[in-house]
Amino acid sequence: MRFILKTSYRQDLGLFRDGVQRNWYLALFAGLLMLPLLWPDFLVDFSQVLIFGLCGLSLMVLAGYTGLVSLGHAAFLGIGAYAHVYFVQDLGVPWLASVALAAAVTAAAGALVGLPALRMTGLYLAIATLAFALIIQEVFNRWESVTGGLKGKAVEKPVIFGVALHGDVTFYFLCLAFLIAALWATRNMLRAPLGRALMAIRDSEIAAQSIGVNLAVYKTFAFAYSAALMGVAGALFAHQVGFLAPDIFTVLLSIQFLLMVVVGGLGSLHGAIFGAVFVALLPVMISQARDVLPDWLGRLFAVLGHDTGFAVGAAVDRFVKQPGLEPGIFGLILVLFILFEPRGIYGRWVKIKLYFSLFPMYKRATFRWQKSYMKSERFR
Amino acid sequence: MDAILQLVLSGLAVGCIYGLVALGFVLIYKATELVNFAQGDLMMLGAFTCYMLIVWYGIGYWPAIALTVAVMGLFGAALDRVVLRRVMGQPQFAVVMLTIGLGAMFRSFASIVWGTEIYSLPTPFSARQTMLGGVSISHEYASIIIGTVILCAVLYAFFTSTRLGLAMQAASQNQLAAYYMGIPVKLMFSLIWAISAGVAAVAGVLLAPISLIDTNLGFIGLKAFAAAVLGGFGSIPGALVGGLSVGLIELFSGAYLPQGFKDVAAYVVLLIVLVVRPQGMFGAVGRKRA
Repeated sequence: MRFILKTSYRQDLGLFRDGVQRNWYLALFAGLLMLPLLWPDFLVDFSQVLIFGLCGLSLMVLAGYTGLVSLGHAAFLGIGAYAHVYFVQDLGVPWLASVALAAAVTAAAGALVGLPALRMTGLYLAIATLAFALIIQEVFNRWESVTGGLKGKAVEKPVIFGVALHGDVTFYFLCLAFLIAALWATRNMLRAPLGRALMAIRDSEIAAQSIGVNLAVYKTFAFAYSAALMGVAGALFAHQVGFLAPDIFTVLLSIQFLLMVVVGGLGSLHGAIFGAVFVALLPVMISQARDVLPDWLGRLFAVLGHDTGFAVGAAVDRFVKQPGLEPGIFGLILVLFILFEPRGIYGRWVKIKLYFSLFPMYKRATFRWQKSYMKSERFR
Repeated sequence: MDAILQLVLSGLAVGCIYGLVALGFVLIYKATELVNFAQGDLMMLGAFTCYMLIVWYGIGYWPAIALTVAVMGLFGAALDRVVLRRVMGQPQFAVVMLTIGLGAMFRSFASIVWGTEIYSLPTPFSARQTMLGGVSISHEYASIIIGTVILCAVLYAFFTSTRLGLAMQAASQNQLAAYYMGIPVKLMFSLIWAISAGVAAVAGVLLAPISLIDTNLGFIGLKAFAAAVLGGFGSIPGALVGGLSVGLIELFSGAYLPQGFKDVAAYVVLLIVLVVRPQGMFGAVGRKRA
């Protein structure tokens, strides 16, 4: 275990813990800059990771830091995407201004949802956001003058300051810039009094209220902030998919966002990014596995005889080509994470790090869940 | 007038289905404080199982229903035993995510086993109707309403006048006290899951004739969830009333409001109710004691 003795306020206010940590992050940044050269084939998927990172960040602020679970975040993504495309293509607003406007519109929508949310907790809030998302999806369907309705709406390539960004590489860097800016803003927000108030609300509403945290203001803020991030993500997402249709922004997408924060690890910004990497790259990995797995398993079982190997290969091939398999794999991963690693990938990372830094002295009990009786959430 | 009565009838029939699924939610929530988002998917599995028994294996309608309920009951109990018991006492959010994951797995399972085709379930009630005054009562709708009434009566009798039912009520009211009275609380929870899955299976079988069976049948669970919240989560009559109101709202808004309102009307009403009365119409759930 290393403890940092802080000797100045500058050190306390710094973004990184120490020089070593800063250098690691710089190395990561350099790696991200090099990525288009290293892996040009998967660049579209990497842009998807960055956009999902923004989404994960958004939901992490709300669910992970404020404790308000939303089952309807895909609606905010949709509002951001449609608003941005409408501003740019129908009203001719400059690109950056349009992103800002889209974020503002989404934030307003978020605050609107946040207001009734003040009276609800837990389950009721989740279901209210779900209802909101389903209503918004129907609005996307019907408001044809803005959204193009069921026919959908084609999205042009972004044009920033008169420069058209055509290639995947420039779009990747655009997403990267937005994600880093959002991370920086969120990290600073979270360690300011604002963020501490949100965490206090998460840990105990009553305790937070009694030390002077205005629940109404902060909860509405959390919703608006989260929605604004989602709006920015939506604007980028619109260019990423290139074609907006209402059936993109379904409940399933909202659930994918939740999957992201849970698998990544609730209550940490690292978790949001880990989750985004995981959720955005999993379909890519599944589709890769789909191509190679039958062949591999076929060869593996060929030691039992040529016919067996061929039969196994064919059976596996039939199985992995099932259209409904992917959501099931997502579900399975979610279930396994909740049962065996409720703190997500980031929690596992922390454990591994602690194991090595304490090397012979690591105790499993450090992270063991305390046993408790089922706590009632009902009055009796 | 006849048109309105006709709508009321269809609304009640659809509402009964929502009510039954909502009942499943509420039973589990009342007993174990777990929110089961996979309830709709359990219903879907029930409908598929019944279809398989009737059409693939040629079993008669009534034995097939009994067998389906038994199979789904066992499945529900196993689900509790293997998966959900591990997350007792963990934050509600974790449980919600867990059951969402389970629901996705069930859908995937169904599409692998039964394929993505759409099936229709043949029943003794198909395509028959009785004229009563100016209203034509389709036997399928009548079967739903009568089935729901019978099921509710049986459940009511079970919970109020059998030892086992009383023990379940006790276990759901206060776990610790129930333990002290010698009630096997864990077994009770498994049984509640079994009953809940059985109710979902019945809902699926009753729904199958009027809405075809496919893997997305489970999304009815979302509307049933709205129904359960509308009635106040944790109140059994509330779930049924909520279900019926969602069914009626849906049918009437489909008939009298512009296109597109049919699917969202229930959610609009839900949002309004939640804003005005956050604990639902029959709210039994109060604010969390911190």
